[in-house]
Amino acid sequence: MSQVLVDQETTTPLLEVKDITKEFPGVRALDGVRLKIREGEVLALLGENGAGKSTLVKILTGVYQPTSGQVFRNGRPVSYTSAQQAWADGIAAIHQETIAFSELSVTENIFMGHPITKKGGLLDWKRMNEETQALLDRLGITDFIPQTLLKDLSVAQKHLVEVAKALSHDVSILIMDEPTAALSQKEVEELFVIVRKLRDEGKGILFISHRFDDIFSIADTFVVFRDGDFAGEGRIQGVDEDDLVRMMAGRSVEKEYRSRKTEAGEPVLVVDSLCHPTEFKDISFELRRGEVLGFYGLVGSGRSELMHVIFGLNKACSGSMTLNGAPYQPGKPEDAVSNGLAYVPEDRQDCGAILPMTVGENITLASLSKITGGLRLKPEKENEFARRYASLLKLKAHSLDQIVGTLSGGNQQKVVIGKWLGVDPDVIILDEPTKGIDVGAKAMVHSFVAELVDSGMSVILVSSELPEVLGLADRIVVMREGLMCATLQTGDTNQEEVVALATGLKTKQDSSCPC
Amino acid sequence: MPMLNKLIRSREGQLVIFTAVFFLAVGIVSPTFLSFQTVDSILTDSAILMIMASVQMMIILTRGIDLTLAANIALSGMVAALIGMYWPETPLFLVIGAAVASGLLLGVLNAVFIALLGIPAIVVSLGAMTVYRGMVFVLSGGQWVNSQEMSAAFQAFPLNRMFGLTNLAVIGIVLTILFMILMRHTRFGRELYAIGGNPAATDYVGINTKARLFAVYVLAGTAGGLCGYLWVARFAIAYTEIALGFELLTVAACVIGGVGIAGGTGSVLGAALGALFLGVLQNALPVMGISPFWQMAVSGLAILAAVIVNSRGRRKRGQQILRVSN
Repeated sequence: MSQVLVDQETTTPLLEVKDITKEFPGVRALDGVRLKIREGEVLALLGENGAGKSTLVKILTGVYQPTSGQVFRNGRPVSYTSAQQAWADGIAAIHQETIAFSELSVTENIFMGHPITKKGGLLDWKRMNEETQALLDRLGITDFIPQTLLKDLSVAQKHLVEVAKALSHDVSILIMDEPTAALSQKEVEELFVIVRKLRDEGKGILFISHRFDDIFSIADTFVVFRDGDFAGEGRIQGVDEDDLVRMMAGRSVEKEYRSRKTEAGEPVLVVDSLCHPTEFKDISFELRRGEVLGFYGLVGSGRSELMHVIFGLNKACSGSMTLNGAPYQPGKPEDAVSNGLAYVPEDRQDCGAILPMTVGENITLASLSKITGGLRLKPEKENEFARRYASLLKLKAHSLDQIVGTLSGGNQQKVVIGKWLGVDPDVIILDEPTKGIDVGAKAMVHSFVAELVDSGMSVILVSSELPEVLGLADRIVVMREGLMCATLQTGDTNQEEVVALATGLKTKQDSSCPC
Repeated sequence: MPMLNKLIRSREGQLVIFTAVFFLAVGIVSPTFLSFQTVDSILTDSAILMIMASVQMMIILTRGIDLTLAANIALSGMVAALIGMYWPETPLFLVIGAAVASGLLLGVLNAVFIALLGIPAIVVSLGAMTVYRGMVFVLSGGQWVNSQEMSAAFQAFPLNRMFGLTNLAVIGIVLTILFMILMRHTRFGRELYAIGGNPAATDYVGINTKARLFAVYVLAGTAGGLCGYLWVARFAIAYTEIALGFELLTVAACVIGGVGIAGGTGSVLGAALGALFLGVLQNALPVMGISPFWQMAVSGLAILAAVIVNSRGRRKRGQQILRVSN
């Protein structure tokens, strides 16, 4: 096998990325990255959250255009402006969250957009079903048929449909963006059998994953990105996990976002062996007054689900919580709010801001009981209240009457956070508070977290951005696949250790859940 | 002139201006139209629609719809009519009370399925409207209750006068104003806007969404009960098919008044003005000599025109009223 690989070094790669830079307003997502995808090879693309992997995938599939740099396909410079062009040129991407029509059959999903028709223009279902069956046979899939509806398939099977769809376009490069994130071990094995089959057919595969297990069992070569920079490449043979972690995390300067006080207050929220039937198990931690407790983990590690239980949006099946010393059992979010909790959810547009309402109305929403003091609203008091928090957050809006839906993402997030400050909670949970907002707004949110804790509030910070967690949190809880791997003092740890724990390099897990 | 500017730019202001211009235009063609009698009859004719459009607005605001309102009017009206027929001595306030109680009960039934069990409002109310209509038939045995079977007091109340207007018009105006205050100046109203704007976010804020929705459907049902009595007494007749299709007229009034069908936007004033516009239109068409055969089609065209104006006007401000799902 290694002989074959050496031969390929000299041939033209199927796809080559040279010095690609991609800038967004205020952010440089990619800064001169490079990689080569060769025939009959699985290339693993590694990097932390935010390293620029998804941005590159979007460039390769025509969703984004690079600011500078060039992509070569079989040595020929190309530039795609739509996913259709990329498909036509033999590049297909399978995303982590598969986009499928759940009420339609496997055949209909595969031929969506390029149906086979009979002479009269009617759809030729017989031929499409036959071709689908041929694709399934080629992939060795026997547990569903072309007529199966997508909604009846498991997540893993939907991935296989996506693979089949890519094959129906006769692609030569397949990009798989974290295909194993939602799969069980057995399903991963089955997927890998198919990936190897495709590789042996001479396809080039770009495989993006956080899991070292996956990478060592499937990849031939690797490339590492870090904060949008190229950080290293090579063959999987000859490196070990520690090498890769160092490349992924090895940042020279660690930024401090706030000065930490040494003394920690008394425990505010104590969580004791909390279990959820499917999302997480055996979670115990305590949050002290005036502390930022960071929660780090990969997507799907159960952090948000845990926060939902703490906020009463979901129920745990066992375990207990106390808040300020008293037993705390939220049945609904109302209970959580009245007990002094606040939650800034991850999905700003879907769960945070009320887009058709004005800035003022959004900010006062959670504090109406305080402002009204009775049945009737008091517009002057409301205005004054909203103005205070809007200016505190340096909100950029032309008036309090501006509709929130017309603000930028960062300013929307400020509105969502501002809504909670008026409530003056004891504990505020920030779930990915800086996701998808620009650098300036990010810095604003960071300095804000510092102010919150200084005023005696306790903050739970859920974030996938390691520098953010390391820079803000006093202690870090690392979660992996629904379990707590460790609770670390920020001062005594470093990026390598956190990444290693989160990606499962060092595992120690024993759960004792009754459910 | 910032006030005037604001008026012209708001949906409600435009509707007021449009209705007034239309009213005057009809008056120029047939001067008899420009009289207190016309205004009086428009207000009297539109009162029930104003009330029902206002409550329908609250429901549409929260991303629901209540198609049972017309059947509620028929059933509650029949309850009032039957009480009036069999026990003519019953004091009027008790008769009205019975109709209101009947409406409240129907509202609670809707609320249990829609708010508590979370079944889509259109499905529940579509089924329930037929059931309620069927109950009118069961209660009355398919018979009509006509004016000879109703007491004079029962019939007279809606058209008796107070402050120079009919009781019906006064009730319509007073309730509309109360609903406006409820929606604009109370916490309850604000929270309904929030629920309509983003129901997931209100959960995170700790607003009890189910309880608020429950209250809205009960309020709508109760208002329907009151209107049931008003309708039956005004027209001095009760039978199974009264107010047939009226639920869609309430929706039309909301749409004309700029209430966003996708929820979260609109005002009680807009819905009430939409009802008033439909009232003006219905009173104007015969005056303009438009054949009765064409009147329905013309009303329909007016509604369509309003919807188109609505969706285009909102788009300019970066906010769509009829959201295209994607």
